[in-house]
Amino acid sequence: MFPKPIEKQPRATQITYQAMLPLALLLWLGPLLAVALFSVKPEADFTNANYWGMPSSFEGAFNYGQVFFNSDMPRYLMNSFLITVPTVIGCVALSSMTGFALGIYKFKSNLWIFFMFVAGNFVPFQILMVPVRDLTLELGLYNTKTGLVLFHIAFQTGFCTLFMRNFIRALPFELIEAARVEGISEWRIFWYVVLPLMKPAIAALSVLIFTFIWNDYFWAVVLTQGAESQPVTAGITSFNAQFRAAYQLMSAGSIVAALPPVAMFFLMQKHFIAGLTLGAVK
Amino acid sequence: MTTAADIPEQESWFHRNQQRIAPWLFLAPGLLFFMVYVIIPVFQSFNLSLYEWDGLGAAEYVGFRNYEDLYWEWSDRDAFYISLKNNLIWLLLYLLAIPAGLFIALFLNQTVWGIRLYKSLFFFPFVISQVVVGLVFTWFYDPTFGLLNEFLGMFGMGPLNVLGDERFVTYGIIFAGLWPQTAYCMILYLTGLNAVDPEQIEAGRLDGAKGAKMLWHIILPQLRPATFIAFVVTIIGALRSFDLISIMTQGGPFGSSRVLAYYMFEVALSEYGFRMGYGAAIAVILFLIMLCFIAYFLWSMYREEKGY
Repeated sequence: MFPKPIEKQPRATQITYQAMLPLALLLWLGPLLAVALFSVKPEADFTNANYWGMPSSFEGAFNYGQVFFNSDMPRYLMNSFLITVPTVIGCVALSSMTGFALGIYKFKSNLWIFFMFVAGNFVPFQILMVPVRDLTLELGLYNTKTGLVLFHIAFQTGFCTLFMRNFIRALPFELIEAARVEGISEWRIFWYVVLPLMKPAIAALSVLIFTFIWNDYFWAVVLTQGAESQPVTAGITSFNAQFRAAYQLMSAGSIVAALPPVAMFFLMQKHFIAGLTLGAVK
Repeated sequence: MTTAADIPEQESWFHRNQQRIAPWLFLAPGLLFFMVYVIIPVFQSFNLSLYEWDGLGAAEYVGFRNYEDLYWEWSDRDAFYISLKNNLIWLLLYLLAIPAGLFIALFLNQTVWGIRLYKSLFFFPFVISQVVVGLVFTWFYDPTFGLLNEFLGMFGMGPLNVLGDERFVTYGIIFAGLWPQTAYCMILYLTGLNAVDPEQIEAGRLDGAKGAKMLWHIILPQLRPATFIAFVVTIIGALRSFDLISIMTQGGPFGSSRVLAYYMFEVALSEYGFRMGYGAAIAVILFLIMLCFIAYFLWSMYREEKGY
């Protein structure tokens, strides 16, 4: 193990290390902790310029109550879920098939199609912006959650295909050969042999795509406008405009908006990290 | 019709061709989506960059005039020049996330009590939306109450209005962007460090290697896959920078924190006008810059596929 395990170091080093850990963490998350502190302060603290002192009273319940019951926030959160969940399902469905096709079959254009997916995934959003917005307008899906979902599914399929294909490549090919010898049709091989083995990859992708889509801001701004379809990332700017200078509410709103992917991460940590490394770092 | 002889006949035809047809059937839905929403729009944007179009009326063909205008903006040191320059600064400084991530990963690669929780908490900033990161750092820099100025005040300096000062604004935003990006690189290296071969470390120790020497000659070569991915995601992230700029400064003050991605959006879709063709031309430039990196990434992947 590198660096040298701390247990093999002198006692003094060990104690220093143990003491430094929480300090480093405090420094690292400092800006975020500041927002958390803001979110439980009463409004009076800001007018009295008591920014960093102890809250003069604990108003967490009131501030978060305002966010949930006195703003469009619940709607934005709901929209985010209604955009994110179908996208995750769509991406996983499409990419397990494309990944299977590119991972199992040998045909001439295989590698080229694969590279097309990979390259498309790296393209800057701006070059897609105008045509995708037009297409969405033409389909009558501008300012709808469906319009956003369809685009997200299509775009994330690039990344998901990369991931799924590499995962399927690493499966034992003899399994498929054996199934073919048995005369099982290709579709059944996909459904009954390969798909069950892909569960870890599906889990990893789901968490990852959930986070990506939940945190998307650019496309939310380009393809949606109002509270009826905007996800929380775009909604929070309207929310902040509504509560301008009410720092305690803006902080509470930000924390609420950030929470679902954080919860997802802590619940599915192992899968999340497996996904981030694209399966390349074993 | 369905005589006993027909069925095996049909089955054998399908059976013979099944393995040739199946991949295309599996590919069809994904490929269709991807073509319609990603591949074709790229070409449409190329085409659109030769037109002048306000998004509503008829588009007027203007040849390369949009690119000419960009050239003039470049030579006049105007918006396009500033955006491109900022893109370059982003690209270079964003790469600091890689050594910073490695440093934190080395710091955390221990087995003391509670270390798993520490690792997760250090990774935290990456999971948060960039919109929230932007808000958090806007307040961090705030000249009246920001933590940065509280800190500077302790040394009798400041107040410094980072986001309101043309000299510092881009660096301030990049610093905010480095926060989640470093977390990402850290996790890549932590997983990489897990896979480092302990026997090679032992062998290195016997040869008297330690500290920086060990890191450079024995550890880093084994971390190459992690470094490669870190490079890919960091470069792409740097060129995609949009959210933070949009949230923190909206390109200001006086357009000094624009990058191509933001400038394009401003030209094509904001209150400053709907110049779709001009926006498309900017997007094409950004795309061509990105293409250099994409080509390199694909080339590396290709070599790996072929097993060189």
